Amino acid sequence: MSSIVSKENLSDSVVRMDILAPEIARKRKAGQFVILKVNEQGERIPLTIVESDGEKGTITIIFQIVGKTTALMAALNAGDDIQDVQGPLGNPTEIENFGHVVCIGGGVGVGVIYPITKALKEAGNRVTSIIGARTRSLIILEEEMRAASNELTVTTDDGSYGVHGFVSNVLQKIIDGGEKIDHVYAIGPVPMMKAIANLTRPYGIKTIVSLNAIMVDATGMCGACRVAVGGKTKFTCVDGPEFDGHQVDFDLLTNRLRMYCEQEGQSYEQHRCGWQGN
Amino acid sequence: MTDTETKPKKEKIPRQAMPEQDPGDRVNNFDEVPCGYPPETAILEARRCIQCKKPGCVEGCPVDVRIPEFIKQIAEGDFIGAARTLKETNCLPAVCGRVCPQEDQCEKTCILGKKGEPVAIGRLERFAADYERDQGAVNIPAAATPNGKKVAVIGAGPSGLTIAGDLVKLGYDITVFEALHKAGGVLIYGIPEFRLPKAIVEAEVDYLKKLGVKIVTNAVVGRLKTIDELFAEGFDAVYIAVGAGAPVFMDIPGENMSGIYSANEYLTRSNLMKAYRFPEYDTPIVRGKNVAVVGGGNVAMDSVRTALRLGAENAYIIYRRSEVEMPARKEEVHHAKEEGVQFLLLTNPVEYLGSKEGWVTGVKCIRMELGEPDASGRRSPVPMPGSEFVIDVDTVVVAVGTMANPIVPSTTPGLETNRRGYIITKGESGETTRRGVYAGGDIVTGSATVILAMGAGRKAAQAIHQALSGGA
Repeated sequence: MSSIVSKENLSDSVVRMDILAPEIARKRKAGQFVILKVNEQGERIPLTIVESDGEKGTITIIFQIVGKTTALMAALNAGDDIQDVQGPLGNPTEIENFGHVVCIGGGVGVGVIYPITKALKEAGNRVTSIIGARTRSLIILEEEMRAASNELTVTTDDGSYGVHGFVSNVLQKIIDGGEKIDHVYAIGPVPMMKAIANLTRPYGIKTIVSLNAIMVDATGMCGACRVAVGGKTKFTCVDGPEFDGHQVDFDLLTNRLRMYCEQEGQSYEQHRCGWQGN
Repeated sequence: MTDTETKPKKEKIPRQAMPEQDPGDRVNNFDEVPCGYPPETAILEARRCIQCKKPGCVEGCPVDVRIPEFIKQIAEGDFIGAARTLKETNCLPAVCGRVCPQEDQCEKTCILGKKGEPVAIGRLERFAADYERDQGAVNIPAAATPNGKKVAVIGAGPSGLTIAGDLVKLGYDITVFEALHKAGGVLIYGIPEFRLPKAIVEAEVDYLKKLGVKIVTNAVVGRLKTIDELFAEGFDAVYIAVGAGAPVFMDIPGENMSGIYSANEYLTRSNLMKAYRFPEYDTPIVRGKNVAVVGGGNVAMDSVRTALRLGAENAYIIYRRSEVEMPARKEEVHHAKEEGVQFLLLTNPVEYLGSKEGWVTGVKCIRMELGEPDASGRRSPVPMPGSEFVIDVDTVVVAVGTMANPIVPSTTPGLETNRRGYIITKGESGETTRRGVYAGGDIVTGSATVILAMGAGRKAAQAIHQALSGGA
């Protein structure tokens, strides 16, 4: 049992929570994640650790309500418990002073890029960040990202805030401007990561992506999260979650992420109907 | 036969069958298949035991259960006494009575088996343990005097639970660290409900907790804390029993398509996460209509029988050798056949075919023939060129074995492994190349059986006790 210390709605569908998990809080590094299981009937879902506070013993998670499990979690409040929290899992991000890095976050993926951005900045990199979302209300962690970066650009697909367009448009401009980029970190929806990887490939800019494959045990036991990287099968949970974006088979990842669409829809639908008392 | 007729015995009781759910019914549910002996049948079966002075059965048991003694108690109607005798040497009798390969162990060396059928030791073990639990008569022995020594056990599977039970009874302070959210290891995530009801595993784990064993779930040693950190926290010894949990795939084209599972994933979803009860439970599983399971072991049988219960119209076993070489227990193969599993023997997958959305639609197989015996002594299968054919499937479960999970070895300096990643130990004591660190079960031997893992736990308990207390 881990209790929720605080909860904040970052937008209509994005929630931030601080959870009491002292051992994980002390141990975790940027790029790692936890598995949460909300109750006895719950499924195990992976969520990146956004921040931790070793003194308070808390870890911070950010999630978007996309199905039954995240809806159940969003209905919890400070003082409520999450039945199981397992972690820290996955390999930490390799943090070094690479020089100039560009950190790109899309949608709720900004929650994942933020700890990496912060760690890269602390390691002495010059950090240019780009965050984007469909529309203004879905932009999260803008202030935190600004503080963790030397420069920050915000984009919205609909132009309701910041630059009208995609994060990839901004990256293209930076590249066109001729400034040397040593590493790109891109985390967000699969089409965004694929677009960024395709963009940087011809320039030979090392591009790290963090994959959100479906997981069960997340300790290398089941292979649910297998992905193809450079033609080889890798497990996202223990070999990742970060991989060389130029080597990842994003189409395979997209297909595998759709494996339970029907059941997930059914589960969420029944859950929502129950909520409304039907 | 003539032999027994010329020397008439007081009575000749045949080996008693155990009632089972009808195959037609049981494929529609996840309830246990064999129903257990009623008391009168158990007594009858127990009376078959001739109480050998030098019992072969005990020699065949990796944990030295005092078999003739508990069987005598059953024959006398002292079922609770029988359960307690069992528990003195085996902390998981209700599990072992169900999943041990008795035909290769105690029952293999039973003297009655020489001329007829051996005593049904496994069924009797199960009966006594179930009787005690069902009567609510489980006895918790008085706590041992604490000896002030702390032992950490990594992994709450059969090996870890056994050593925990043995050492706690000797007064050790035991903490078991389990990576998953529930204790039991393969007994919980791997073996299906219809073969080993989870309530039984939970009851056996609960028994250990009552003995004083502390179990910390969600604790991935190597990630949350390392073995070095456990020593720094004050543990005097560490026993690694993390199993051989990493799935093996065949590395053939199309193997990552949607609808293709490792057996570990398929069974974990169904058993640990209870996906067979989706949407009551939130974890989904693909309910395939045409399901192929690749492999011929117990895990393959568990997977294919799970597929049937999830509604498969065609459930296939694809195995590259013949039935004789199949590593699965005969009983499991028999149950699978009764339930309608189709066996494609001397057949091996070479490629998966899929839809444009990347969902598996077929498995291309090749026929095999048996050649010369290989290192395992089994005749090795050789592909027959030009014999390829395709089976239409929408779900595949790859059950061709497991390998070592590197998380613990890779985070423990000085802990040596062999080239396959299994931990190197010195003989039966389980001592590793790191002082104070012991290991046993599948992470040492590669995938084996529940009872062998338990036996390794038993022996390591003795070794640790000797090292820490100078005890025998």
